[in-house]
Amino acid sequence: MPSLDDLKKRIVSVKSTQKITKAMKMVAAAKLKRAQDSAEKGRPYSEKMNKIILNLSENISDKENAPKLLIGTGSEKVHLCIILTSDRGLCGGFNSNIIKKAKSFFEKITKEGKTLKIITVGSKGYDQLKRLYKDKIIEKISFKESKNTNYFDAEKVGNMIIELFLKNEFDVCTIFYNKFKNVITQIPQEQQIIPLKSSEPDNSSSESNYEFEPEEDEILSNLLPKNISTQIFKAMLENSASEQGSRMSAMDNATRNAGEMVDKLTIEYNRSRQAAITKELIEIISGAESL
Amino acid sequence: MSELFNLEIVNPEKSFLSADDVKEVVVPAYEGEMGILKNHISIISFLKPGIMKIYRNNAEEKFYIEDGILEFKDDTLSILTSTVIKLDKLDKSFIDNSIQEAEKSLLKEGITDQQRFLISQKIDSLKSIGAN
Repeated sequence: MPSLDDLKKRIVSVKSTQKITKAMKMVAAAKLKRAQDSAEKGRPYSEKMNKIILNLSENISDKENAPKLLIGTGSEKVHLCIILTSDRGLCGGFNSNIIKKAKSFFEKITKEGKTLKIITVGSKGYDQLKRLYKDKIIEKISFKESKNTNYFDAEKVGNMIIELFLKNEFDVCTIFYNKFKNVITQIPQEQQIIPLKSSEPDNSSSESNYEFEPEEDEILSNLLPKNISTQIFKAMLENSASEQGSRMSAMDNATRNAGEMVDKLTIEYNRSRQAAITKELIEIISGAESL
Repeated sequence: MSELFNLEIVNPEKSFLSADDVKEVVVPAYEGEMGILKNHISIISFLKPGIMKIYRNNAEEKFYIEDGILEFKDDTLSILTSTVIKLDKLDKSFIDNSIQEAEKSLLKEGITDQQRFLISQKIDSLKSIGAN
C-alpha cells in the first residue's frame, strides 16, 4: 500500500506529463494544418507531372531506345528501397507502420533471391532498421535542420538516386511512405518509381498527337529525373502531414489516458486518506474504552 | 467567339496561378521564345530561364521563370515549374545571389554543355532584369 505522500507525488507527476502531452497535441494540430495544406497543394504538381509523362511515353515512337529510367534496365535483380520516416518520435504507430510494410517487402525480395539495398530518409527509420538490416543500408539521410519540407531536400535525394542508377547500382527503385488520408488514418504506401509504373490504367485515351519541342526523347530524359524528385517530394509532403496527424491522435490518447490515471489515483488517494482517519478514530475510541 | 484560354501554373509547393481569361502567353521555351494563343496545337516543351509574359484583362504581367515543363492541350496551358516569381516582387539581393550562385556552378567540373547553356541563360536573363 503506497503511502499518502507517494500517491500525491504520483498524481502530480502524471498531471505534469498530461500537460506536456496536451501541449504537444496542440503543437501537432497547428503544424498539421500547415502540413496538410501543403500536401494538398502539392498534389496537382505531381499529378500533372505524371500525366505529362504518361502522355509522352505513349507517344514515344522508338520504344527500344527509350530512356532507361522509364523502361528499366531489363533485369530486376537489385532492388533499392527508399524508406521515408520522421526524425522525431512520439507519433504513435507512424514509423512502425512504414517499417512493417517495408520489412514484409524486404522479406519477399530476399526470398526471391534478389539483392536488397536500402536508403533511409529520416533518423527514426534508420534506428528501427539498423539492427536487422545494417549491412543493407547504403545511405541514411536526415533533414533535421530544415524546418519545413522543401523541394530542395527532395531534389537532393532524387539526384542521389539517379546517380546510383546511372552507376548501375540497382534495377528497381521503390519508395515507402505514409499517405495522409485523414487525421486518424494514414496508409503506408509502396510506390515503384524506377522503372516508371503507371499506377492506374489510362482510360482517357489520349490520342491527341502532341507536338514536341525539342524531340520526345530529349524531353523525356529531362523530365524523368525531375519526376523522381517530384515523386519523392510528394511522398515527403504526405509523410509530414501524416506524421503530424499521427502525433496529434497519439498525444490526444496520451492526454486522455493521463486524465483517467489521475482520476484513479485521486480516488485511491482519498480512500487511503479516509482509511487513515478511520483507523485513527478507532484507535482513540478503543483507547478511551479500555480506561 | 472568345479568344481566351485557361492557364495553370503550378510549382511543387502550391498552385501558383490559375486563370481562365488569358489571351496570350509568351514563354521562354527551350528552343526560343514561344507565343501561345487559343487553339494552339497540343504541345509539350520545356522552358529555360527567362521572362514569361501573360496577357490578360488587357494588361501584361511578367514573371521570372527558372525552369519548367509546358503542356498545352484542349485550350489549357499547364506550366510546371520549380521557381516562378512575379517580376516586381523580385528584389535586388535575390538577383545578385542567384547570379553569384549560377556563376559558381558554371565553374564546377563535369557539367554538360546543356547545363552550361541553361546556366548562362539564367545569368543573362537575371542580369537584364537587374539592369532595369
